[in-house]
Amino acid sequence: MGAVVKPFRLIQPSEHPRPPRRIRSRKLFAPELVRESLRQSFVMLRPDIQWSNPVMFVVEIGAVLTFLFIIQAAVGSSRSIVPITYFIALDFWLFITVLFANFATALAEARGKAQADSLRKTRSETPAYRLKATDVIEEVLSTDLRPGDRVVVSAGQVVPSDGEVIEGIASVDESAITGESAPVIREAGGDHSGVTGGTRVISDRVVVRITALPGQAFLDRMIALVEGTVRQKTPNEIALTLVLAGLTIAFFIVVVPIWPMTWNADQYMMSYLVMSEPLRSLGTDVPTLVALLVCLIPTTIGALLAAIGIAGMDRALQANIIAKSGRAVETAGDIDIVLLDKTGTITVGNRHATDFVPVAGYSRLKLALLAAVASISDETPEGKSILTAAQAAGVPAKEFTTLDGAQFVPFSAHTRMSGVDFADGRVIRKGAPDAVLGLVKQRNGEVPAGLEQVIEAIAANGATPLVVAENARIAGVVVLEDILKSGIRERFARLRSMGLRTVMITGDNPLTAATIAREAGVDDFVAEATPESKLAYIRKEQALGKLVAMMGDGTNDAPALAQADVGLAMNSGTQAAKEAGNMVDLDSDPTKLIEVVEIGKQLLMTRGALTTFSVANDVAKYFAIVPALFAGTLPWLNAMDVMRLHSPTSAILSAVIFNAIIIPALIPVALKGVKYRPLGADALLRKNLLVWGLGGIILPFIGIKLIDVVLTTMHLVA
Amino acid sequence: MWLLPSSIIVFTIVLAIPMSRYMAKIMDGRYRPPRVFQWCERHLDSGQQNWKQYTLALLVFNTLMFVFGYTVLALQPWMPLNPRGLGMLAPSTIFNSVISFMTNTNLQHYSGEVNLSNFSQIFFVIFNQFVSAAVGMCALAAIIRAFRGESTVGNYFVDMWRAVAYIFLPIAVILGVLFLWQGMPMTINHSVDQVMTLEPGAMGATDTGQPKPQTLVVGPVAAEVPIMMLGTNGGGFYGMNEAHPFANPSALSNFLVMFGMMFFPFALVLMYGRMLGRVRHAIVIFSVMLLLFAGTIVWAIHFDTMKPNPGLTAHPEARAFKIAVPTAPGGTQTITLPAVAGLPVDQHLGNLEGKELRFGTSAGATFAAATVDVTCGAVNCEHDSLNPIAALSPMAGMWLNCIYGGKGVGMINLLLFLIIGVFLAGQMVGRTPEYLGKKIGAREMKLAMIALLVHPIMILGPSGLFAATNWGMKAENNPAAHGLSEIVYQFSSASANNGSAFDGLGVSYGFNNNPNPAPEAVPWDLATGLVMLFSRYLPIIAPIAMAAFLGMKKSTPFGLGTLRDDTFTFGCLLFGTIVIVGALLFLPVAALGPLAEHLGPIPFGG
Repeated sequence: MGAVVKPFRLIQPSEHPRPPRRIRSRKLFAPELVRESLRQSFVMLRPDIQWSNPVMFVVEIGAVLTFLFIIQAAVGSSRSIVPITYFIALDFWLFITVLFANFATALAEARGKAQADSLRKTRSETPAYRLKATDVIEEVLSTDLRPGDRVVVSAGQVVPSDGEVIEGIASVDESAITGESAPVIREAGGDHSGVTGGTRVISDRVVVRITALPGQAFLDRMIALVEGTVRQKTPNEIALTLVLAGLTIAFFIVVVPIWPMTWNADQYMMSYLVMSEPLRSLGTDVPTLVALLVCLIPTTIGALLAAIGIAGMDRALQANIIAKSGRAVETAGDIDIVLLDKTGTITVGNRHATDFVPVAGYSRLKLALLAAVASISDETPEGKSILTAAQAAGVPAKEFTTLDGAQFVPFSAHTRMSGVDFADGRVIRKGAPDAVLGLVKQRNGEVPAGLEQVIEAIAANGATPLVVAENARIAGVVVLEDILKSGIRERFARLRSMGLRTVMITGDNPLTAATIAREAGVDDFVAEATPESKLAYIRKEQALGKLVAMMGDGTNDAPALAQADVGLAMNSGTQAAKEAGNMVDLDSDPTKLIEVVEIGKQLLMTRGALTTFSVANDVAKYFAIVPALFAGTLPWLNAMDVMRLHSPTSAILSAVIFNAIIIPALIPVALKGVKYRPLGADALLRKNLLVWGLGGIILPFIGIKLIDVVLTTMHLVA
Repeated sequence: MWLLPSSIIVFTIVLAIPMSRYMAKIMDGRYRPPRVFQWCERHLDSGQQNWKQYTLALLVFNTLMFVFGYTVLALQPWMPLNPRGLGMLAPSTIFNSVISFMTNTNLQHYSGEVNLSNFSQIFFVIFNQFVSAAVGMCALAAIIRAFRGESTVGNYFVDMWRAVAYIFLPIAVILGVLFLWQGMPMTINHSVDQVMTLEPGAMGATDTGQPKPQTLVVGPVAAEVPIMMLGTNGGGFYGMNEAHPFANPSALSNFLVMFGMMFFPFALVLMYGRMLGRVRHAIVIFSVMLLLFAGTIVWAIHFDTMKPNPGLTAHPEARAFKIAVPTAPGGTQTITLPAVAGLPVDQHLGNLEGKELRFGTSAGATFAAATVDVTCGAVNCEHDSLNPIAALSPMAGMWLNCIYGGKGVGMINLLLFLIIGVFLAGQMVGRTPEYLGKKIGAREMKLAMIALLVHPIMILGPSGLFAATNWGMKAENNPAAHGLSEIVYQFSSASANNGSAFDGLGVSYGFNNNPNPAPEAVPWDLATGLVMLFSRYLPIIAPIAMAAFLGMKKSTPFGLGTLRDDTFTFGCLLFGTIVIVGALLFLPVAALGPLAEHLGPIPFGG
């Protein structure tokens, strides 16, 4: 039995998981996007559009109000102590603030649109070869196809619309969608039957049953989503918009009473200085109070909020994940548990037969022969590996021919066995130990002594025992071994430090599953999993208040994908799976869940960081504006002016300018997202509080001072 | 100097720990009282209430308190225990006082010993001080139960009974006995007449040239003072409040009254943690509050007890400031503040104006800061006489209104800051914001914002209105910056349901037949009355609703990725939220009031 205690083999470097591609990521400020966004920024000034962003709407009203004051000053009826040029400069920057905000939103939307356009290029009209019931092929346009139509797609042709392969097998180049040049196999039946319109068949010929209406194909709907035509605010965005509106009201309440209070001070100073002329400070100057209000309300986050949300979906798209809603991306950040299929995610490909352990008088050769015969028609990688192993064990290749009259019995999730039925009634089965033992007992066969120990020893080593039976006799056990992906432990450690629990889903028996789980470093596993047990596991965890993410491709995964909070369907999977999930991975890469969670977390972090930054900024603005407001009547309040700004008007202009230019300065952060590191929540909060909270307090002191110096040296302010 | 505040804080913390355990036990109904009390409890219990029923019961109960209080005060001339034949207060003052005591504010636009009979003191003042204090505690208990995800939040009447009978009453009796021992009066007699002053003739002379005797007003002082402090009510028997020798006879009684007002607010924070099973979280909140509490005390002592009165010190150098005046030549005019010679006053003990020196030099400043932090509002020194910048400390205490705060409501106010801090910055851990494992959604944020906005609206709005009209400008004793401080303080005190007075405002109408009332007393009565009303009930109702909606949500278990609410980092987040949000809301008024006065010429504003 020495054969079964082999250590796990690590895969070769060439087999490393592919690094995520960013083929469609484009320059942040690509000229064509900027041009379009600039135009859009002005369009969005329309009050009915601007209204959707309450914070910036208030700024717009303030800018219009200031404009009226300019007119008043121009016709010479202003009683203000400041020159009209100050009003004009102020108003200019107020409008610029609104435009910057609109630009940020427009740029994010333009990027999303550009992504969508590149997807749409694959959607042009293509000829289709519709199969009539009478086996006659007619050429139609792809737009004429209806669900249920069958089309023939041969090598070199483009798949006209979404559908399922119902006949044949072909390699398909999906690079139009995924950017991945290596072709993938699509075949009838099973979980790799889905083909997407716009992809190209590069070998063989398949018959595809169309499943989508023209213009309603999966990708069309995805494109519509991404373009923002059906983009709705996520619950978190709604709540945040509400809080920002609340803060706007709060600062309105702060600013309005300044007018009467300053008036009170003005009156007193007039009597104190025995002046006959009315004394007026900037504190009773409405445009200046508008400037103060604009500086205080959270314009930074108000301007960037929409962009952050759109950029989140955009980042997902760059990772070749189409999220059906912004909400799905947001939820991804909250995920507590990730369900991962063992095969393809934790282990490389499939299990390989590595050894044969005979029992009860069978020889190793005989066992290998039986196993091989049972696997001749077995197209699964496991079945093929048994043939290879049997050959290595000395079974001559000439035995591997289909026997006349023999009937192959394929594996099913319920019998968990496969094998062959001969015409003479002889039956060979291989399969999960309890399934095969059940069959043997049912046929009144005997279970040889020692079998149990053999099975346990194999399972305890993390390998899978496959019991082979001939009629009612047990012949022995085939050892199937898994190969862990390299670096998988580190990935799980990363997930764990993000606060996620990983759960391995496997059809293996509990003993094997436990060993692989331990080796791979997952937190929990579901062994002998069926679609039902997957669904039950998700429901159980959700009942405890946890949010679950899973990935799936098969039709039988659909209920679980729908139940999961984040259901990531593989694009190679069936239509049902893609409909049930709330995200689709165009790469069909099982490790994508990790990226999805990171994108979600990054989105929320960016939102939190910029909100904190926006509010923290106000402290410095106060220190710039408040002394300036009262410089006319209470000049000693200049002691509060820690930045030693040049003059009251330059202080206020500097604060307003800083408030405006911080918006475009942060567009890259909003679009790229704050860098996420898988630390614990507490360490992450500490780091971000320091960077965005404390940084948000300090930076504007420096920025406002710098702007003031520039304005002064260029003699732009009095 | 630092011994007094530090020893009181340590003493209170040590006693608050066991008290919090006892309170949690009572509010959870695990305490088995004597039979007669059980009988009362059974007959009060109208069954479990959901949050709407509970809030409705609270509002109906408070309406009845209003009717009862108004009746007692309005009928004062015809009620017993009124040997001096005191008349009726002006209706606007009754309106103000009834709301003031019903809302646990105890802002007094009258003077206790002058305007109230012993009947009113007992059935209006003392009654309200017990009951109104319990209202906030009930609200907090309801919020805790809602947070725990319970569909019913208890029974309002049972909670009232438990808070009053098992918590306030016994502790008040113990404190009362100690105060009696220290010499506080306790009688239903109304006055002690014919007392001769030590300094003959201090009260003037009679027509026959004999020195006039003094009349000392007494009453059930030792009954009132304990609950006035314990319930963080602050409405004194005497107009002078805790500076009066009968209301605060000794240094020990001063120590005990300070302990009294801090005791329950300290314990309630820990009770919050115990009832939720999150003691560590409560300790973090407690520490943040303690830091702010100590900060306000240190600020007050540093700028008041350790600094001389700037009105009396020398300013050896003249200062010149330029201001823009368009009509002046060159567009600017120079204001020169001349050098001022110091007055020959020994000020090494700091600013002694308006202080009661029997208690020690730092007692006034300590009391001033503490009384606003816990929204008690009792005073033992004149806040109007604090050094200008020192007065920022009591104002800040009222503006934040969550440094321990009043019974229950202080903790509730802190929860609003906490929810907003968690919502804004908590997302930086990469999860949608959650508190106690519950996701904070739009509805909860809306309610939190409403509750949080009431306070600044109610302070800044009326302050602005009064500052620019005769209502304020004719009422203030001192014009300019100090006068603005007086106005802002009055509305802050009303809105924070604090009740302490800066003084210096003419707000007292007195009896209805007073021929010479303060000219603007009526607008002040009405405005502060309405402010107290709104600032009391909206920030109670909205948070109960918020807690109920939050509590109904599914609870997510804590994980490594969830925001921990019991760490140092969380404390920093909470501290930063309170300080930044508070500063942003109130910095302009602080600049126009205390800061302008401090930085400006002395004397400035008369």
